[in-house]
Amino acid sequence: MFDFGIVTKWINDLLLGVMPQWLATTIECAIVGVALLLMYSVIAIIYIFYERKVCGWIQCRLGPMRVGPWGLLQVFADVFKILTKELITLWDTDRLLFMLAPYFVVVASMLMFACLPWGNGLQMIDMNIGVFFIAAVSSIGVLGILLAGWSSNSKYTLIGAMRSGAQMVSYEISTGIAMMTVICLAGTMSISGIVEAQKDGWFIFTGHIPAIIAFVIYIIAANAENNRGPFDLPEAEHELTAGYHTEYSGIHFGFFYLAEYLNLFIVSGIAALLFLGGWMPLHISGLDAFNNVMDYIPSPVWFLGKAFFMSFVFMWIRWSFPRVRIDQMLKLEWKYLMPLGLFNLVLMALCVSFGLHF
Amino acid sequence: MANIQEKISALCPSATFDESGELLLVNVPDENWHALAKALKEELHFDLLNAVAGVDWKESLGCMYYLTNTETQEMIHVKVATTDRETPRLHTVSDVWAVANYQEREVYDFFGIEFINHPDMRRFFLRNDWVGYPLRKDYDANPELNPLRLEAEENEDDTYALVEDEKGEIKRVDKKVFGPDEYVINVGPQHPSTHGVMRYRAAIDGEVVKKVDVVSGYIHRGIEKLCEDLTYPSMLLYTERMDYMGAHMNRHATCLCIEKALGIEVPHRAEVIRMMMDELMRLSSHLLSYGCLTMDQGATTAFFYGFRERELIYDIFDKTCGARMSMSYDTIGGVVRDVDPEFVNDVRKACDAIEKAIPEYHKLFSGNVIALGRMKDVGTLSLEDAKNYAITGPSGRASGFHCDVRKTQPYSLYNEVEFDEVVYENGDSFDRYMVRMKEMEQSIKILRQCCDMMDKEGHQGEFCAKVPKIIKLPAGHWYQQVEASRGAFGVYLESDGEGKPFQHPYRIHFQSPCFNLVGVVDLTCKDNLIADLITITASLDYVIPDIDR
Amino acid sequence: MEIKSPKIKSIKHEEFKDNEYIDSLVAELNAAGANIVVGKLDQLMQWGHANSLWPFCFGTSCCAIEFMCLGAARYDMARFGFEVARNSPRQSDYIMCQGTITYRMAPALVRLYEQMAEPKYVIACGGCTVSGGPFKKSYCVVKGVDEIIPVDVYMPGCPPRPEAMFYGLMQLQRKIKASKFFGGHNRKEARAKFFEAKAAAEKDSALRAEHMRLAEESKAPVLER
Repeated sequence: MFDFGIVTKWINDLLLGVMPQWLATTIECAIVGVALLLMYSVIAIIYIFYERKVCGWIQCRLGPMRVGPWGLLQVFADVFKILTKELITLWDTDRLLFMLAPYFVVVASMLMFACLPWGNGLQMIDMNIGVFFIAAVSSIGVLGILLAGWSSNSKYTLIGAMRSGAQMVSYEISTGIAMMTVICLAGTMSISGIVEAQKDGWFIFTGHIPAIIAFVIYIIAANAENNRGPFDLPEAEHELTAGYHTEYSGIHFGFFYLAEYLNLFIVSGIAALLFLGGWMPLHISGLDAFNNVMDYIPSPVWFLGKAFFMSFVFMWIRWSFPRVRIDQMLKLEWKYLMPLGLFNLVLMALCVSFGLHF
Repeated sequence: MANIQEKISALCPSATFDESGELLLVNVPDENWHALAKALKEELHFDLLNAVAGVDWKESLGCMYYLTNTETQEMIHVKVATTDRETPRLHTVSDVWAVANYQEREVYDFFGIEFINHPDMRRFFLRNDWVGYPLRKDYDANPELNPLRLEAEENEDDTYALVEDEKGEIKRVDKKVFGPDEYVINVGPQHPSTHGVMRYRAAIDGEVVKKVDVVSGYIHRGIEKLCEDLTYPSMLLYTERMDYMGAHMNRHATCLCIEKALGIEVPHRAEVIRMMMDELMRLSSHLLSYGCLTMDQGATTAFFYGFRERELIYDIFDKTCGARMSMSYDTIGGVVRDVDPEFVNDVRKACDAIEKAIPEYHKLFSGNVIALGRMKDVGTLSLEDAKNYAITGPSGRASGFHCDVRKTQPYSLYNEVEFDEVVYENGDSFDRYMVRMKEMEQSIKILRQCCDMMDKEGHQGEFCAKVPKIIKLPAGHWYQQVEASRGAFGVYLESDGEGKPFQHPYRIHFQSPCFNLVGVVDLTCKDNLIADLITITASLDYVIPDIDR
Repeated sequence: MEIKSPKIKSIKHEEFKDNEYIDSLVAELNAAGANIVVGKLDQLMQWGHANSLWPFCFGTSCCAIEFMCLGAARYDMARFGFEVARNSPRQSDYIMCQGTITYRMAPALVRLYEQMAEPKYVIACGGCTVSGGPFKKSYCVVKGVDEIIPVDVYMPGCPPRPEAMFYGLMQLQRKIKASKFFGGHNRKEARAKFFEAKAAAEKDSALRAEHMRLAEESKAPVLER
């Protein structure tokens, strides 16, 4: 398997050869930052197109196909449009918070985005508490949504924000527990460590029953944390017009829109990381020839493929189910998902301590 | 009929009777009306108030009340009038039949008749700063009195009631709709799930709805007034712009009413075609209702599935009538032109396709655990309330109310075809939804039988009776009901029979089923969540232009 | 740089029935001249705007059902990128008035129009919004929405067929392409003229003041508002 660490190390050595350490680090940070922003926007554009096509396919439609070849330029047109739309500021609102809110949402998703394991040695932030960091920064997003809803000075946005607050705070517990179950199996919180631990088999296979339960819990909870159907209550179109971002226009709305799709990618990526081995190829112990063939597929392809597959599952769910009601949603979390998750965590702990996993 | 007459005479000696029309007409003085109304409901079981039509008879102003005994299906109508044109006042019956609440507000809006003891005397359709009462014959139509105003209405919270005390003195009591400590959110007039331009003001406590105030009239176009200036054939065009999802039925009802007045016999084949169009329309309407209900609950994909099959029905309309919507197909004496030669085959094909699709709809939505959780036991309407609020159609039948006009008062050829009246028991949103789904199957059954009838009658043939070029109606009034997509649609038609060259109706009133449906929104939404408000209104499935007319 | 007559991928130029109007717009733009850099940027922006028209769902009656059909599987406006129907006026690009506008609804429509973010367009869809249609003689129906808001495209029909709606939307795309985004000839001036003309014709003083206010507002550049 090609280790991208070689490339990054080579760049680092090259820079160190002509300049002092501090300058090299600064330049590297800048390069990584630009790469991050670039990837962020590219992935967002791909995802918007992806969702529109998949949604069209599920609904027996064609989806965008007229702008550019096969409709590929559709999202670019949308981007140009949204960049040049008027930014409306409202009377009697908290101007600063109103302006700040979309950035909170975008920054939260960017921080999570930076943690994803793109490939062998391709990772922007790799700290020993990586998963914990992801769980922590994901909570900043809800702050942005609450601020957006509150500062808009509208009843609809406020209801949307309150729903969102209740929803995200509740479902964060379940995602956290599902993550803990995996950490328990992996024995580390470091993202590269978790990927490395799945060398001989992805956790969904090696962890068998508790891992599969955790996977299902994670999918449900991540869907909810992401405000996607059937948990899209905060922006429930048919109840609250556009929910917490009703009053936002132009690029401010664009940020919410962008973050929504990016969050989809991120939760898919984390699902791939925790359960499907991150960038790790599919290895079956004993079949060396097969494993070697799998190793020839570059690691970023593995990661993106898994993430896209998970996103497809999320879209499938979104476009098939009706929306749940707020009380049902909270009931699902507090009465079923969380107790099940806790029980599952104990089960996993038992499995690990008695060595009952593969 | 004579039996009822005797009983009413015993209850109210001052009532006079007129048996010359199609139904027994009871003339009651206003002071006896409220007591008689109570007795009619409680002792003679006239528990369904079909329609209230305000009429300006020039020398007097008043209302026609159409009542049905839901056990024997007997109908009578009661005329209550006042000669005071300056401050016309009648007694309310909204405490007897709850449906009269909004009906009387409509009469107040159009004729300025104030109802004593009515709890909430606000205008229903027109702006509260409107000058004059448009359906009165002496209405001043000068546009300067009522210009186009671009500022929002003021004092929309103000209302009043006329309260009569024991001595018979009438006092005006000013009221507010919402108290100062209620958190009111405004839903509409432009809101994605009000299915048009309905406006609710809902007092909420957290997410729980405490009270809903219906503000209607955002698409009130004055159709009844417009019809008074047109001849009978040209007037028909408005009927299909009210409930555009029941266009054929509405037009059918109006044609039947005029034919009844003229005494025209419609050819059998034309009736078959009309009936087929009605049932196709019903299918299309129920498919739309499936689509909208599912979309309002977030299942966007189901909406597209519903619309996929609707296009097949549109194709049939397109081929025969020349338009996808607003078909203008029924006419006095039959239909406008003969059907497309392929019509019967197309209908058969569409029936097969829809029959195949219905299980798919159920698979996608009906059995879904989220859908069940959102619709079961939400917005329950009891049988008693359904009768009290005159909720007919699928919504009424979901409460166990046998109200299918096709069965109770068969018109057209509905007694020649076999079908079942779909009746459910619980009256919750899920039952309302299921009634529609099951009714589609019944419509397909009717359509198949009609196709066989058409095979016998010939795919081309007679489609319209001979009607006079200029249609003049004799003096009198008529009432005709049909089962439209959303319930019993009634037409009240009055002609003064004066020999003008071009005859037009003296007064026409359309009793739309949707008008009654909004009456129960407050009742069914109380103590439910905001999300349920959307579910309930979607499952009631009203069409706003039908309410506002 | 010369501005060319707008091209739409879906329909050929000759197949449109009102090319004189668009050609006159283009001639007007060319008369003012254009800087090559600004002109190219203009083209890019107009391409974006024309191909990403997000509707604001404003359906009052029958036309709204046909609009739903337009979005549904057979006609599928998603093909052209029109499908992102927003329910918040702030986020939509054009308001398609479907159905009769009554006196009670008119203030709400004007308010929704004002809530939309620039650049915004209006389509009058169906006979009722074009002229009042069959309800022209009614006591409480607005005789065409152009009495209260400036209209870009008129779509006759009762209701227009989905094909007609597509034709109308293509016309709107052409109209967007035949304008300049950065300065120069801008449709905002046309809107200011619209409101000034309305104010001049108006007898009622309150309404006149309202129109004058709208006209003044339309003249101000977008970014300063």
